[in-house]
Amino acid sequence: MNNYTDKFLRELLSTTKTIAMVGVSVNEMRPSYFVARYLNLKGYRIVPINPGQAGKTLFGQMIYPSISEIPEEVGPIDMVDIFRRAEHVDQIVDEAITALSARGLRYIWMQIGVINEDAEATAVAAGLDVVMNRCPKIEHQRLFGELRKAGFNTGIISSRL
Amino acid sequence: MTDTPYGFDTLQIHAGARPDPATGARQTPIYQTTAYVFRDADHAAALFNLQEVGYIYSRLTNPTVAVLQERVATLEGGVGAVACSSGHAAQLMALFPLMAPGDNVIVSTRLYGGSITQFSHTIKRFGWSATFVDFDDLDAIAAAADENTKAVFCESISNPGGYLTDIPSVAAVAEGLGIPLIVDNTLATPYLCQPIAQGATLVVHSTTKYLTGNGTVMGGIVVDSGNFDWSASDKFPSLSKPEPAYHGMTFHETFGALAFTFHGIAIGLRDLGMTLNPQAAHYTLMGIETLSLRMERHVENAMKVATWLENDPRVDFVTYAGLPSSPYSDRAKSLYPKGAGALFTFAVKGGYTACVKLVDTVEIFSHVANLGDTRSLIIHAASTTHRQLTTEQQEAAGASANVVRLSIGTETADDLISDLDQALAAAVK
Repeated sequence: MNNYTDKFLRELLSTTKTIAMVGVSVNEMRPSYFVARYLNLKGYRIVPINPGQAGKTLFGQMIYPSISEIPEEVGPIDMVDIFRRAEHVDQIVDEAITALSARGLRYIWMQIGVINEDAEATAVAAGLDVVMNRCPKIEHQRLFGELRKAGFNTGIISSRL
Repeated sequence: MTDTPYGFDTLQIHAGARPDPATGARQTPIYQTTAYVFRDADHAAALFNLQEVGYIYSRLTNPTVAVLQERVATLEGGVGAVACSSGHAAQLMALFPLMAPGDNVIVSTRLYGGSITQFSHTIKRFGWSATFVDFDDLDAIAAAADENTKAVFCESISNPGGYLTDIPSVAAVAEGLGIPLIVDNTLATPYLCQPIAQGATLVVHSTTKYLTGNGTVMGGIVVDSGNFDWSASDKFPSLSKPEPAYHGMTFHETFGALAFTFHGIAIGLRDLGMTLNPQAAHYTLMGIETLSLRMERHVENAMKVATWLENDPRVDFVTYAGLPSSPYSDRAKSLYPKGAGALFTFAVKGGYTACVKLVDTVEIFSHVANLGDTRSLIIHAASTTHRQLTTEQQEAAGASANVVRLSIGTETADDLISDLDQALAAAVK
């Protein structure tokens, strides 16, 4: 598993405001729906990308068919979170760099089980930070106290109130 | 996952705990409540769907119990832990997500007698079965497996003592079979042995013993390493396939490395109900704060008492694996370098009658069916803790009729030796 420091992940999760979620499902028992719902509840703005569901809405946000088709008025996109199999990731990263570099894109996140080192290298060369094989929901829950409620090893040691 | 690796002594005090956010209380409060108020209907729905982690009902999660869970998970190097009502409960909670009717587990012959009974008889009621194997014969472990074998189970330091499992070698066999190794680490504690670092997938404890350390409360815990790929085969459908007991959720896909622990809460505790109460969690947390200090003294005392006994003409043999004479001395040095625990047996000249007289004559040692107390304890295993076993099972487990089991406490070692000396004088004429 790639080792990302808690400091890096905290900064990423604290400064990100808008997340384009590629492959997010509207089925509420799917993991991607879990992640989108959780991040939405925590105050992130979710921009859902799913060609099969385009035109519908998820948590009040319009679903777009592709990254390239996110209208300008949606504004800056800080992060692209990818829920697609690794073989689709190269194309998604290329498209994200082309369409979103001028719109504030800083992070590419690939979900648990999604590992594509070529796409990672492409993103890094374009000046982006990359997280692979992790889940932003789980990392957020771990770093900001929620996983502590259920007995998970958060790695956090602090005597501050 | 952490940026700074902390020392064991720091983690045993701080891991999982923080000043109470409501009051600033520095010690972890005992949250003696059954239920928790939801902010609104959406919050309740998100909690029940496991989309948000929080408190619903204390059968599932409780803030005091959660501190204990995170502390033990951290000390063991796991991703998460589920506490439960006893060590026996922990064993069932560890197997429950893995097993279906018709499945079996490969188990070491060297186990606590109660565990041998649980595995050889009681689990059959669930349609499960166990195959008992000598874990020094690695080929025999592999040979015992069939397509329905779902786990390998052993104790790190085995009860009634004298045996240490070669966890890395057993873990390699389990890995070859594509199934998890479960290690009961009760007698070693994470201070003397960290099974996950040696290749185990799951660790179980009776927290009643050294973790609590003072013989006050019952408890158990299951720690998951987060390292096992539950979806690599079709062997573990409760984790890798849509789980009908949780409206079709696929735990591994949804929670990744945290899947086993979420399953333990959402299905294990929910439906089996073997929950730890917050009072007990509090006592165990108090104990764990001094775990390393106590274990050092337990081990130091055990070595002194075992050495004295071995040199006494009234004693036939001593099984303590920390002794240079033990067949497991090399294993102790390489895999258990901080000590071979504080539980062992010794054979009294005069056999069964002398054993019974000895147990009746000691003054400081307490004659009880427990271990891992600050007080030194003594028991005749064959007639008590290993009583339900056949003679062959007793011998394989190291609990023959002529041996007495000692759980060495943290008293002054010379006082323990004096007590055994006077009792041996009365027992062996």
